[in-house]
Amino acid sequence: MSVPSLVHMAIAMITAPLIFGIINRTKSLFGGREGPPLLQQYFDIAKLLQKGTVYSRTTSWVFRAGPVIGLACVLIALALLPLGPLPALCSFPGDFIVMIGLLAVMRFFTMLAAIDAGSSFEGMGASREATFSALAEPALFLCFAAISQKAASLSLSDMFLRHSGDATHGSAPAPALLAVALFVVFLAENARIPVDDPNTHLELTMIHEVMALDYGGPDLAFIFYASALKLWILGALVVNVVLSGIESAWAVLAGLFFLAIIVGAVESTMARLKLLRVPQLLIGAGALAMLTLIVAMG
Amino acid sequence: MNFFLAGLCILITGGLMAWLLRRESVGLIGAIMGPLMALLAPIQAWRHGKALSISMPWNVPYGSFFLEIDALSAFFLAPILAISALGALYGFEYLIPYRNKRNLRSVWFFYNILVASMMIVVTAKNGILFLTAWETMALASFFLVIFEAERPETLNAGWSYLIASHMGTACLLVLFIWLGRLNGTLDFNGFGVAGAREAGFMFLLAVLGFGIKAGFFPLHVWLPEAHPAAPSHVSALMSGVMVKTGIYGLLQVYLLLGPGPAWWGWLLISIGALSGLFGALFALAQHDLKRLLAYSSVENIGIIALGLGLGMLGRTLNDPFLATLGFCGGLLHVLNHGLFKSLLFLSAGAVVHVTGTRDMERLGGLIKRIPWTAALFLLGAMAISGLPPLNGFVSEFLILLGAFRGISSLSPQVVAASATSIASLALIGGLAIACFIRAFGVSFLGEPRAKRAQGAHEVRWPMLFPMVVLAAGCLMVGIGSPWLDRPLTLVVAAISGQQSGQFLADSIPSLLSLTMLGTGFLVLVALLAGFRIWLLHGRPVEEALTWDCGYARPSSRMQYTASSFAQPLMNFFAAITGSTTRFKPLDRFYPVAAEFTTATPDIARTRLFDPVFRKVRHALMKLRWIQHGHPQLYVLYIAITLLTLFLWKLG
Repeated sequence: MSVPSLVHMAIAMITAPLIFGIINRTKSLFGGREGPPLLQQYFDIAKLLQKGTVYSRTTSWVFRAGPVIGLACVLIALALLPLGPLPALCSFPGDFIVMIGLLAVMRFFTMLAAIDAGSSFEGMGASREATFSALAEPALFLCFAAISQKAASLSLSDMFLRHSGDATHGSAPAPALLAVALFVVFLAENARIPVDDPNTHLELTMIHEVMALDYGGPDLAFIFYASALKLWILGALVVNVVLSGIESAWAVLAGLFFLAIIVGAVESTMARLKLLRVPQLLIGAGALAMLTLIVAMG
Repeated sequence: MNFFLAGLCILITGGLMAWLLRRESVGLIGAIMGPLMALLAPIQAWRHGKALSISMPWNVPYGSFFLEIDALSAFFLAPILAISALGALYGFEYLIPYRNKRNLRSVWFFYNILVASMMIVVTAKNGILFLTAWETMALASFFLVIFEAERPETLNAGWSYLIASHMGTACLLVLFIWLGRLNGTLDFNGFGVAGAREAGFMFLLAVLGFGIKAGFFPLHVWLPEAHPAAPSHVSALMSGVMVKTGIYGLLQVYLLLGPGPAWWGWLLISIGALSGLFGALFALAQHDLKRLLAYSSVENIGIIALGLGLGMLGRTLNDPFLATLGFCGGLLHVLNHGLFKSLLFLSAGAVVHVTGTRDMERLGGLIKRIPWTAALFLLGAMAISGLPPLNGFVSEFLILLGAFRGISSLSPQVVAASATSIASLALIGGLAIACFIRAFGVSFLGEPRAKRAQGAHEVRWPMLFPMVVLAAGCLMVGIGSPWLDRPLTLVVAAISGQQSGQFLADSIPSLLSLTMLGTGFLVLVALLAGFRIWLLHGRPVEEALTWDCGYARPSSRMQYTASSFAQPLMNFFAAITGSTTRFKPLDRFYPVAAEFTTATPDIARTRLFDPVFRKVRHALMKLRWIQHGHPQLYVLYIAITLLTLFLWKLG
């Protein structure tokens, strides 16, 4: 356990909601609006934490456990995340498998809680989430296969350290392909356009939002905070891959903020895909990762 | 070894007495005491680190009563014994409603015989003894499957099981006779193999023969019929441990044949990926809770085969890490699947017990009526979906770790195999999560969809206790995996033919980190739950309706159903599962009858076995004249056969 790792965990825990602020600010700039303050997500979370709550009579303890377990999952996953040259709090061969597993547990309970409310809308959201995440999983694993092959290492902290060292004599297209594949998975897993629209107002078209429809108060605050941290974790992976070769944690932080701007730009300039097209996008991401693996072998 | 034999005697005596004295309780005592007594034997074998054996002459030609508990046997024996004893306790309570309707003493007789035969199957080191026990096991489980024989589908399931397992036995018979002719003995320790070609054929025979029992795709067709038909504790036993005797047999033959060429590993990897994928997809398509679990067994057998295939490939290509981690993950998944699949079958049985239906579309809201069963099913569902911090994750973690190591290997074959395994394991995992969210969510959460599900009450302790023990096992293996290294090291060393200790020890830090993170996770969940309670303390917490876009009279029929949950995935994979949709839309202004049906028949059955069997039946019709129903002529057939044999022997 090292102090820098603790520091970067603390930075993530403090800064994560800001990413949403940057995304929304970018979107309002594109739309010619002033938009919400950068710190809006913090205000929302603080407000929700002070409220009581209302539960549906249909729900059981699974519904109440969902946000708690989800938050616990991302917090533990955060302990496995390196930030550029700063190693993770806990690092061992295969730690990324555990990280993916923890994010799966979070999804598992989000979906169960959605079904627990007994509404068609939430069941539909859970069904879509299950479909897309089942197809995103191979893409994510193949991305890690490509990264670990390049770095000849099985722990995240090592992967990104050595990955940066090797970048100069690696084949050029490989990191770019990998970054695109990871970026698609990142967008899908965090329910952003083109897979899901966080701003949609129609329950029928929602995926992630609809699953949180019956939550309020501290539970909703937990959900907001957990999704901010999840965005941070997966975003950091993308940035770590792109910024191979730069050995500064500040650069990675700046990269994360830049990633938020890109997400905002994508959301302002693209419509979301038809639901039937999403699987093709995800399989495409998997194919790109596979291609990276093949290119790196040759 | 005395414990083992004593346990065997108690078990068989209990079964016989239950039959003769017409006392179920005697059978129950035998079925609990016998396995518990015998359980001391594998523990003894692990503590001393050497095999226990007994060999007695047997007056069957080439037969000998040669039993040995080596590392491999001990590893398969322990779960069989533990789960049998738990299943017996559960079964006694489960069968109470059938008491006046059916002959229960035969259930206990066959249950005890089934357990005894499984014990012998995994310890026998003689071909004749092994095949006898194998056949006894098939017959005993057949009689348990047709417990509710008055239902036509049950009988049908029983027949397809019987036919399938005899086709498997036929392959094994050829295999053992071949080995016996080559070596002049049928004792396993005298077996050796001459040529590589012969070894290849023998391996194929073993994959076919044992693969039918294990449920490899596409040989699995009997499994989703037979497992759900049996009483739930028997389903648990069959799916949890009996299918693993197929895996045991395959490994035993692999041990006898020695490391083969690379295609052996590739064969198992492909079988594993196919079984996993199709098992998960067909599980996702089922409405019957127990049938869903049976298909998920096919999926998990696929994961096991994938691990073992990687292990075999690693051993052939001299990649000790891949060999160790592949075998280790595959074998640990054998144990894990035994734990969580039995748990799931027992809790699904509890659902059937209290609601009288296995159809998920008629369940719902059970978490409020049977909270303990629901919590236990949820734990099993998490474990089988391979989620941390439970045991299913640990075994998949080991296989993945091996495959990720293989990715950086210099051998292109290893890289290709690893990439295939990683992609298929990831897809299988994602599908399994979808499948079990659906199974748990639709059956236990939301509102009851039918009257029967409303009035359910929790089952009593004899049914709950075995489930609690199995759930504790899932959690313990999930958190305490580093402490399983001794039995695992012993058995992996035996199969991978090398000092695997150091390679396994290499992954112990990872396993210890799993322990640490798992504990940390549980503590953090507790802390956050406490924080939430503290936050809500003294604040208004109200109850209201579920949000339905302002509609204030939601009904349970408005919930998402099991079919609609699976629809996007089934739609996407329709090209390979062959699921069909029939849709008659509303076509007038005033609502008239409309219809929507989907069906996903088993592709191996409809596309492979049905056409083949139809052809075979057609061809055999030409021989119908031999069977005409005149006993006199049948006696003549026998006489002619005997005469021919006599002349052949003379000549």
